Amino acid sequence: MAYLLKGVSILGAAPTDLHISDGVISAEPAGQDAEVIDASGLVALPGLVDVHTHLREPGREDAETVETGSRAAALGGYTAVCAMANTSPVADTAGVVEQVWRLGREAGLVDVQPIGAVTVGLAGKQMAELGAMASSAAGVRIFSDDGFCVADPKLMRRALEYVKAFDGVIAQHAEEPRLTEGAQMHEGEVSTRLGLTGWPAVAEEAIIARDVLLAEHVGSRLHVCHVSTAGSVEVLRQAKARGVRVTAEVTPHHLLLTDELASGYDPVFKVNPPLRTRKDVEALRQALLDGVIDVVATDHAPHAVQDKECEWSYARPGMLGLETALPIVLSVFGPKWELIADRMSIAPARIAGLDSHGGDLTRAGTPANLTLVDPAARWVVDPAELASRSRNTPYAGHTLPGRIVATFLRGEATVLDGKAVK
Amino acid sequence: MIKHLRSAADLDAETATLILDTAAEMAALSGREVKKLPALRGRTVVNLFYEDSTRTRISFEAAAKRLSADVINFSAKGSSVSKGESLKDTALTLQAMGADAVVIRHSASGAPHRLANWVDGSVVNAGDGTHEHPTQALLDAYTMRSRLGRLDGLKVAIVGDVLHSRVARSNVLLLTTLGAQVTVVGPPTLIPLDVAAALSEKTQVSFDLDAVLPDSDVVMMLRVQTERMQDSYFPSAREYSRRYGLDVPRLHKMPEHAIVMHPGPMNRGMEIAPEVADSPRSTIVEQVANGVSVRMAVLYLLLGGK
Amino acid sequence: MAQPRADAPSKIILAESDLHRVVDRIAHQILEKTSGATGTVLLGIPTRGVPLAHRLAARIHAFEGVDVPVGSLDITLYRDDLRLKATRALGKTELPPGGIDGLRVILVDDVLFSGRSARAALDALNDIGRPSSVQLAVLVDRGHRQLPIRADYVGKNIPTALSESVKVTLTETDGADEVKLIGGLT
Repeated sequence: MAYLLKGVSILGAAPTDLHISDGVISAEPAGQDAEVIDASGLVALPGLVDVHTHLREPGREDAETVETGSRAAALGGYTAVCAMANTSPVADTAGVVEQVWRLGREAGLVDVQPIGAVTVGLAGKQMAELGAMASSAAGVRIFSDDGFCVADPKLMRRALEYVKAFDGVIAQHAEEPRLTEGAQMHEGEVSTRLGLTGWPAVAEEAIIARDVLLAEHVGSRLHVCHVSTAGSVEVLRQAKARGVRVTAEVTPHHLLLTDELASGYDPVFKVNPPLRTRKDVEALRQALLDGVIDVVATDHAPHAVQDKECEWSYARPGMLGLETALPIVLSVFGPKWELIADRMSIAPARIAGLDSHGGDLTRAGTPANLTLVDPAARWVVDPAELASRSRNTPYAGHTLPGRIVATFLRGEATVLDGKAVK
Repeated sequence: MIKHLRSAADLDAETATLILDTAAEMAALSGREVKKLPALRGRTVVNLFYEDSTRTRISFEAAAKRLSADVINFSAKGSSVSKGESLKDTALTLQAMGADAVVIRHSASGAPHRLANWVDGSVVNAGDGTHEHPTQALLDAYTMRSRLGRLDGLKVAIVGDVLHSRVARSNVLLLTTLGAQVTVVGPPTLIPLDVAAALSEKTQVSFDLDAVLPDSDVVMMLRVQTERMQDSYFPSAREYSRRYGLDVPRLHKMPEHAIVMHPGPMNRGMEIAPEVADSPRSTIVEQVANGVSVRMAVLYLLLGGK
Repeated sequence: MAQPRADAPSKIILAESDLHRVVDRIAHQILEKTSGATGTVLLGIPTRGVPLAHRLAARIHAFEGVDVPVGSLDITLYRDDLRLKATRALGKTELPPGGIDGLRVILVDDVLFSGRSARAALDALNDIGRPSSVQLAVLVDRGHRQLPIRADYVGKNIPTALSESVKVTLTETDGADEVKLIGGLT
């Protein structure tokens, strides 16, 4: 299928016509049979790439499947997502990562790039077969025990070193487990008032500080998941200034929401790492602008209704993110399209090693992975309307700017007129 | 009148005072031969207890029954609760049974807030996790007021494991609302870092019990669980007791008029010496008696009207 | 019951001196009907029944030198319309030291209207003791009874419309002695 996007604004530039044929951006019109899309007023971005998605399959298909999560991703403007390893069974073998990769291919809505576990069963004891996962059909590049921290410093050091052989990267869920035993929310005024066990900022900052030193020592790449505190930003800023090869992500919710939202004890606001304070939110925004934080990652974490409609302490942590990420970033930063393209597509594609994503849309031959945004549209988040199988969005009832009109994966539409094509 | 009592923060000074005044009337009425009052005839009060707390449950049950309400006890043992039914499903069951009020005791902080979303009736927090226990604070305030004649300007020391204490949280909130000056005292590991900012800017913090005692009208000792020791909050029961236990020499440091309170159950010899617990300065038994009157007042004010 | 608005027209039914005369008359009637008020207890129904009971006792003492014990009986928890209105604060119930058992109790209230307050008072009384007899004294009877209840002592009968209301104010509670008829057609 060939497309002509008429009057589209690439990254906010002057309107132009964009031709898509044979899966790539083309300099020439494809001819009579190209489908013409009136894209006036729409902004084209390289297809978004999420380095941190929980698709829940295998194991919790009641919360999400690769297919439903892929559809949510496409509707959110994504063309690639990295699926976290904390499934059941855990994605700690070539067999499981290949299964997830294959399910992604079958769904055909986004490129599903599996992340492999660092340790067997995420138990933090024994290194998983990282090399086997790297050389599997899935070609795993990112390894993470996300949900758990690789807390053992020796094991972390070894993992950082080991993945150098296949240009892998360890994505650390930075949480010193002894400091967060029983933790329910950010440790501070609100946790004291609510009588919920606190998750101190230092539990994140201490691990990041340790890991940047380890990465520096062994000369490896380190990626830090969901940075949530002002203190972490400072640690990263200093490490980057020294030349440590560290990248970091921030979630849309940590760029917007604060711990005050826990006050009603609605677990839709329970997430790990927890929502922090206004001061942290400000620091994270600045860090994303400065490039101290490299990417926005959703940490899309679907949960079944019964895992959220319960007592706060019993609820599972996590929030939906794929379908609201771009609108949240737009609402926080405004139409800074170059920034958005870099932090949500180009940089994440580079970190994940997804060469066909995050390309230059003005250059012929670039794989046609892109999304069209209507920046003028505003919409109200209705959990029941989301494509995800779960409903745990913290933005229910929020009016958000920016609607995804169309998404293309290798030149084929996955979303048209704001609706998934399959 | 407020609909729920989930937190002492639900109460402004006027409402809290109304509860205490009403409790005083209830106490006066409970001296009579016929203790039952008809005010809540035909109303159903459910005691939903996920934690064993015989004393609190009995207190609420007596209060509801003296007001002629029908009382249903729904406890974690021997009911579907232990079979893993969710709080929401239990709430819907209680709703279908026509509960006008649910008194809930739960190990999870905020469970009463969640419950209030799922039932039409009033929710009364009878202790939730490490959050709050507002009726305990009300009965403590009632006890102070009846012993010392006032709350405004009263100097109250709350001593011990403030971090994990729902009694402390509710008392700090309620007492400062009513004009008392509260100082929380304990080892720094058991005092939340942001206690003043979180609860009331007027709250003072001290790590030195001996310095606080001579200037206190009320010393409220909190139960300290020995398992905190295993989690390095303090080195040993002996050291805790030496630094923060209320013994006889420390009792003598208090002003003549000052009283000793404890929400119970006590660890005699740990946070409070037996001689102190049994001294005439101690209000521990009174607190229990006042509990029924205060809970009658709360139930009447929540359920009595439209 | 529809209440007249605050700015509704009002008319003074009993001025201060009238009100004092009416209290004196009730005191005399009590002395007459109870053979000198022996074996008698006055129980005021809060709010305004309580100062009225004290005034009656004072007048009885002034006329005959008899000390009649006075108490108060709060009926809030016994009202049959508790649930129809916002929660009410409780008044005081205070029995005289000698109690009420075996004595003649005279309930004292400001206005007798539907009779529901008197019924509630009888229920409340039932729970605190066993008087030999119960009588009712009111400052104003405005009619419109809904229960088979009548007063033994009435200060003044005031025929009223349902759209009107009777407002008694007393120095002790309101700063002035006065009975007003509010609302209705003037």
